[in-house]
Amino acid sequence: MTDARPILETKGLTMRFGGVVAVDNVDFSLAEGELRCLIGPNGAGKTTFFRCLTHQYKPTSGKVIYRGDEITGSHTHQIARRGIGIKTQVPSVFDGLDVRENIWLSARRNHKDREANRVVDEILERIGLTHLAHQLVGQLAHGERQGVELGIVLTGDPELILLDEPTAGMTHEEVHRTTEMIREINRTASLIVVEHDMQFIKAIANKVTVFNQGAILVEDTMENVLKNQQVRDVYLGKREVA
Amino acid sequence: MDTVALLIIEVLNGISSLALTCAGLAIIFGMMRVINFAHGEFMMLGGYTTVVATNAGVNIWISMLILSPLVVGIIGIISERLLIRFFYGRLVDTLIATWGLSLLLIGIVTAIFGNYITGVSAPLGNFALGQYQLSIYRLVLIGLAVLLFVGIYFVFTRTRLGLIARGTMQNPDQAAVLGISPPRVYMITFGIGAALTGLAGGLLAPISQIIPTVGFTYVAQAFITVITGGTGAITGTIVASGIFGTVRQLVTYETTPIIGGVVLLIVAVVLLRLLPQGITGKIFRRSL
Amino acid sequence: MKIALDLKSWNTRGLIFVGVVMLALLFAGPEVFDLFVLLKVILFVSTAMLALSMGFIWGFGGILCFGQSAFFGIGGYAYAIGVINMGESTVPILLSVLVPAAFAMLLGYFMFYGRLSDIYLAVVTLAVTLIFYAFIRSTSGEEYVIGNARLMGFNGISSIPVFNWPGFPNSPLWPDDIFYVATTLLILVYFGLRILLRSHFGRVVVAIKENETRAEYLGYDVRFYKMIAFSIGAGIAGLAGCLFVSFNNFINPDVFALGLAAQIIMWVLIGGVGTLVGPMLGSLALQMLYNWLGTQTFASFLNTYLVFGAIILIFVLAVPQGLQPTARLLALRFLPFTRPPEEKARGGGDD
Ligand SMILES: Nc1ncnc2c1ncn2[C@@H]1O[C@H](COP(=O)(O)OP(=O)(O)O)[C@@H](O)[C@H]1O
Ligand SMILES: [Mg+2]
Repeated sequence: MTDARPILETKGLTMRFGGVVAVDNVDFSLAEGELRCLIGPNGAGKTTFFRCLTHQYKPTSGKVIYRGDEITGSHTHQIARRGIGIKTQVPSVFDGLDVRENIWLSARRNHKDREANRVVDEILERIGLTHLAHQLVGQLAHGERQGVELGIVLTGDPELILLDEPTAGMTHEEVHRTTEMIREINRTASLIVVEHDMQFIKAIANKVTVFNQGAILVEDTMENVLKNQQVRDVYLGKREVA
Repeated sequence: MDTVALLIIEVLNGISSLALTCAGLAIIFGMMRVINFAHGEFMMLGGYTTVVATNAGVNIWISMLILSPLVVGIIGIISERLLIRFFYGRLVDTLIATWGLSLLLIGIVTAIFGNYITGVSAPLGNFALGQYQLSIYRLVLIGLAVLLFVGIYFVFTRTRLGLIARGTMQNPDQAAVLGISPPRVYMITFGIGAALTGLAGGLLAPISQIIPTVGFTYVAQAFITVITGGTGAITGTIVASGIFGTVRQLVTYETTPIIGGVVLLIVAVVLLRLLPQGITGKIFRRSL
Repeated sequence: MKIALDLKSWNTRGLIFVGVVMLALLFAGPEVFDLFVLLKVILFVSTAMLALSMGFIWGFGGILCFGQSAFFGIGGYAYAIGVINMGESTVPILLSVLVPAAFAMLLGYFMFYGRLSDIYLAVVTLAVTLIFYAFIRSTSGEEYVIGNARLMGFNGISSIPVFNWPGFPNSPLWPDDIFYVATTLLILVYFGLRILLRSHFGRVVVAIKENETRAEYLGYDVRFYKMIAFSIGAGIAGLAGCLFVSFNNFINPDVFALGLAAQIIMWVLIGGVGTLVGPMLGSLALQMLYNWLGTQTFASFLNTYLVFGAIILIFVLAVPQGLQPTARLLALRFLPFTRPPEEKARGGGDD
């Protein structure tokens, strides 16, 4: 599956907020078809890194390159149209609309009306929310909202998907289901997934990037990362204490 | 030569009156993030206080420097208690609520004093600059504006009260843990902002015409200036007042005050496209 | 999505109800009202349309414009200047829609593409309105002429010709006809907006109000959608201004004054943000209250500002949802027959 050509690269990507360097000179590369996990303690800059990729924040310096083209200065909607989808850490959905309308808005951007309705039905089935189609998303449980957001993202048929803590707040069963789904998504798209759950990471990823204080600390297989003393110090060590 | 001197004084006048107009808003909106659309009416009330007190025989300096801020400060605190505190953190609701307050205040003043133009004459008389007659009071006003901003800066950086206020704005929960009562701090800070606004209204009364709706002429310019100033409210307001005051006064000198206002707006919109975070968001990062 | 005629749904029932009321008004109006009342009703229709434009951009587009009256005024002046120059009303009516829409597009371009925040948008639109007010007031001099039309400053333009039948400049409409035209236009605009809101464009506009960031993540250019929605709202406001001016035969700069700007916001606030019928009812209620107060001697100390300010405060503190949703909640609670068989679990947002 994994192909050598990078789908996404960053060169010297840096994001400063006043004195805080949230993303610090990051050189990152993701191969076509790869599934990469991003880990690191809270405040390491993972979410900010994602926001720079989608131009939600304008990076202080550095470049983002997608399929060989620089997209650093593109607008968020242009980046989305190039095929990058994002599921944010706090679910970003249309709370005042129902589940169906949420998905429809995503489907209708790429499809004609009739086709869009078919896609919506399909996605609802896939994320298992058909029975909630006419519920307001604002009234759903956290895990269900996560599901809706994932559905919205999938509907857009992105080629690269950024998932920020997709299993947070999910029940055990929902986590299992999501794991399966991410595996399935990876057949057609490249993924970067921010996660804390070690079991989950072991189940899906072969390569892991560890962020610490805005910079990449280590990039290796999960096994080696687990053995790495530096990583234990900044991340796993803290978790064991906590 | 005289014309150049005159123009310089005019520009300084423009800057200082704009800065005065914005001082209270820099605190209420710039620091507290409360959108007070009744800002212009607070100024109007300060103006009426000075006019009424002076006409009743009170010394004009006492009216402007003491009574106006006192009266408007109290009105500010009452408004905060009865209205504004319910809307903290809800920008659009605050906007509408204070818009209602603004109309209500105009209505009350109109009901009491009628919809007539009043005013007081400027103290201190004139001096001659070559062929021109200039009001000494206008020069004094420039000095007062400088003093006022030095005072604000001092209070908010050097005094206990100022530090508590800034700390609470940045992190109310932390302040509460330290035994400070955020609602009280908000109330007092709002009161201080209102008092400054009243002071500005009083000080500008001798050089403007006072009618119940006079606030409308201030509010848009004040907001534009403070927003353009950016996150460092006090420094930003001074710098933005400098830019806008100069532009407005020069254009007004060449054309009419209306075109001066139009150009101010255009400059503001362009500036904000270039510096979306305001002047202090980009240039003077670490300022207050 | 599917636009099925589902008679059971609250929305469809509501729409049919509104349609019936409007059509009844349309056909019965001239029969029921005498001429004096009819002229008043025509003015209500024009302000209802203005309220509708604000209800759309604020309630559905999330754009809180403090200067909707500017577009009303621009539309009015565009009609006045056009009809005085052309001696015919068809093209000026179009101008009254297109000129404010184009101006809003330009203003919207700067505001939305410049990513101005909500607050700045409110301030800028208010400032623009006040500048129009000051500028038009200062145009009493002879040099301010557009073609044959003198702007006349604060005195305003009078003797503005009323609508004529298209193609027949010498056959002006009678009050009955004007009433039909105005009401028909209002109905068309209302249902036009309803259709728009069900279209892809309208849904995206609402989605942007709900969550701008997500809309961008989906690939929608929110700046463009907002600019167009803003411009549509301005065009409708301009048409309202055109109706207003042609029935009054008169316009002056007071259309740009703060009184009207404040009232528009109140109509929507009172009627309910996020509804279309609400703002229209709000405008009606407020003007009836205002007219009534004008006839009461005890109210002589009251002035517009006092009343408006008090109303805004009462609503923002006590009835923040507005009348229409509140009335609907009360009706659902106490009048069982208004309950649809199976009410969707919705949190409001539709009429
Ligand atoms: N908008 C912002 N303004 C200021 N600081 C921010 C902003 N967003 C994030 N940060 C800071 O950037 C750092 C990284 O945060 P984040 O990217 O959320 O970390 P993570 O997702 O890894 O937990 C933190 O120190 C955070 O406080
Ligand atoms: Mg995060």
